[in-house]
Amino acid sequence: MDDALLDKLEILADAAKYDASCASSGAKRRTGGPDGIGSTTGAGICHAYTPDGRCVSLLKILLTNYCLFDCAYCINRRSSNVRRARFSVEEVVQLTLGFYKRNCIEGLFLSSGIIRSPDHTMEQLMLVARTLRRDHGFAGYIHLKTIPEASPWLIEQAGLWADRLSINLELSSDRSLKEFAPEKDGSSIKAVMGQVGERILEAKEEKRRFSPAGQSTQMIVGADASTDLSVLETSDTLYRRYGLRRVYYSAFSPIPEASSALPAKPPPLQRENRLYQADWLLRYYGFTVDEIAAGGEGGMLDLGIDPKLAWALKNRERFPVDVNSADREMLLRVPGLGARAVDKIVEARRHTTLRLEDVARLSSGLKRARAFLIAADHHPGGLTDRADLRQRLVAPPKQLSLF
Amino acid sequence: MRHVELKDGADLDGFRRALRGLVALGADPDGVVWSGGAAPSLFGTAPGTGTAPLPAPLPVDAPPVPLPRPVGALIESVVCHRDPERYGLLHRLVCRVVRGERDILDHHADPLVHRLALLDKAVRRDLHKMHAFLRFREVRDPANSEDRGGERYVAWFEPDNFIVEATAPFFVERFESLVWTILTPVGSLHWDRRSLTVGPAALRPEGLDRDDRFAEGWQRYYESTFNPARVNPTAMRAEMPRKYWANLPEAAAIPGMIRGAPARVQAMIEAEAAAPRRRNPDKAVAAMARQEPATLAELNRIIRAADPLVPGATQAVLGEGPEGAAIAIVGEQPGDHEDVEGRPFVGPAGQLLSRALEEAGIERDAAYLTNAVKHFKFVARGKRRLHQSPTAGEVKHYRWWLMKELGFVRPRLVVTLGATAALALSGRSVSVLRERGPMGFGDWEGFVTVHPSYLLRLPAGEGAEQAYRDFVADLRRARGMVEWAG
Repeated sequence: MDDALLDKLEILADAAKYDASCASSGAKRRTGGPDGIGSTTGAGICHAYTPDGRCVSLLKILLTNYCLFDCAYCINRRSSNVRRARFSVEEVVQLTLGFYKRNCIEGLFLSSGIIRSPDHTMEQLMLVARTLRRDHGFAGYIHLKTIPEASPWLIEQAGLWADRLSINLELSSDRSLKEFAPEKDGSSIKAVMGQVGERILEAKEEKRRFSPAGQSTQMIVGADASTDLSVLETSDTLYRRYGLRRVYYSAFSPIPEASSALPAKPPPLQRENRLYQADWLLRYYGFTVDEIAAGGEGGMLDLGIDPKLAWALKNRERFPVDVNSADREMLLRVPGLGARAVDKIVEARRHTTLRLEDVARLSSGLKRARAFLIAADHHPGGLTDRADLRQRLVAPPKQLSLF
Repeated sequence: MRHVELKDGADLDGFRRALRGLVALGADPDGVVWSGGAAPSLFGTAPGTGTAPLPAPLPVDAPPVPLPRPVGALIESVVCHRDPERYGLLHRLVCRVVRGERDILDHHADPLVHRLALLDKAVRRDLHKMHAFLRFREVRDPANSEDRGGERYVAWFEPDNFIVEATAPFFVERFESLVWTILTPVGSLHWDRRSLTVGPAALRPEGLDRDDRFAEGWQRYYESTFNPARVNPTAMRAEMPRKYWANLPEAAAIPGMIRGAPARVQAMIEAEAAAPRRRNPDKAVAAMARQEPATLAELNRIIRAADPLVPGATQAVLGEGPEGAAIAIVGEQPGDHEDVEGRPFVGPAGQLLSRALEEAGIERDAAYLTNAVKHFKFVARGKRRLHQSPTAGEVKHYRWWLMKELGFVRPRLVVTLGATAALALSGRSVSVLRERGPMGFGDWEGFVTVHPSYLLRLPAGEGAEQAYRDFVADLRRARGMVEWAG
């Protein structure tokens, strides 16, 4: 690796870092065997964490940050003055293998600015994946960004080599998209999501490989005026209609060379966090978007408390629930109890009547849960309905410690 | 008091042997002291020196203790823990299982089960962190150059528990094709691409910091992928505690990254949005929109250059015939002969089609012939290449091309041969024998009939002859629909 390549790596990693949809690298077990290299193990592995607390699992780079598009929120838009660079297909392959052999990464997350044409760009991305798989027997994880403006047959090909395909929606409403990303088109993004979703389902039924780890997307939060409610409604649609595996939320982050169309203010990290919690409630806890939104005000989530607690405080007539008899659905709605704790409770109570100290061994969130729970030796009494319950449960306001 | 002496580290075999003996004797866990290796017992009455009578020796050939699978898995994990009480706790657990608590692990709130679950969790976390944070360095060894130009990798890691052997399957699977050595203070592993050697504890090797451009590249990458506007060291340390930093080359940069972050963010916020230096590349942006193939020849170039989307195939077989042909005939996929020659309908089924077309009064060269799937899908059985029908999903992989192709040819009628072609055009599964005849395919007038290879498979006789006559009749009818040759 020479100095020029190191410089390119720096530019093209910097250019890729605002994409948060790279966290997961879990794929069905697979190994490269004696002639190939690599494996996937079911769950992904985070090989490092940067001081922003994010997981480094995949080599996340752009093939190039030259771009013909002019999306206001993007550091690589054509009107930005950032330094530009471009990898060859072979360079990306060599970097991926080199880092992989040193156990630095689970695989590759490859995206790109649009150069020459969407088709040309998509083809180059696909070539990287193909070279890794076919010429090097690479069995590690490959996540490709799909270029929604590319011809559909290129998407069909990319899915044969990649573990996951993703298309970033970036903004939850078509109107914002039009305003901030003039070359993009919400309906073509959704058409490709539909195409990919359909192909993934068919391949699964036919026991073939096509983007076997599913598809994902990212939405930027705080760059436009969208409410949490509208963001979550979009996510709900994406999960239901397009079978997305994950929706990632990325708090809009000030970028160097910012566009004047966007306010340069610090990112709403807590808002991103609350959206992730709400997303979890949507997928694993049986909540609807409306229920979650009702916990906040005016379509925005309560930044001070998590959305499950917010919902419980506004629906106190449903509590307290008896940990020894309540059904699973209701236990899942108890603040402080996670899905795994609930499963353990359901299993353990078949053998014994649970007391509060038993619940303490099963869940680390008892402090919040006890106001909403009845156990063999515990009843919250009037606590559940106290007007100052919120204050009692919320630790003294803690700023997200930044420095 | 009974002393059971086990080897240092995770002595699973020793523990299993001792456990069998203890269970056979019905020993009470309260009366057993476990020690690993040479570590002296705190209340060190050496065996035989006390006043109590020496317990009977453990039987050496006691039978295996049948345990539920989850209990066995828990034992394998917990023996790796550093906690000196681990063997005693496991003995207690096994006694309760033997006494009838078969599903004891479901009692998540039981103090013993809870304690063991915590040990198990700690071991699994340790394993996971070793898989994650171990870094190989390349050590070129030209003197000892095996294959791959003497490419060798060495790593140094310090795990919390006795997990080195337990991590071996992960590294062997992932790096089976490389030669590597893992050194730790509690044991070592060496893999030579064929077999694994488990070795003794090691010291930190010298010279691991030697030049490795990829290690340098990794540090540059690590610094570049960090977003200073989101700095949150607490979250980082929760997942990557300080104790790991010493062996992570990239971690050297962490303090500087944290220190420098506020100033970088401030600079971004204060910087006025600069006017773009570049002119607007209007021409390039306009050109970008013209990526669609403009002619059939361009489309065919794209198809020919693409990889097969089905397993098999040596080359793409493109459509053949004049653009503007009144009839387009769509088959399933190329067969063995077509794959070799690179032309559609040249095998036995193609010859039968030619004969039928002629009898129906359709000039083959005036029609456009193509397939729904452009590659031959097959499995090799010895020297034979056995045709495999494409799945519905595979047909859809190719559908975009077929539709574009027909868009260039603009036939007045699309005749589909067999179920696959009918599926490709109609988008649903069609029962050919029941639905044969005219059918609308969206923008196209269509006609559904059988595939000639179906006729070839029928046993010779009156039935086959009738089927052939029906096929010709279909083609004649199709010809009538476009008023072929007046």
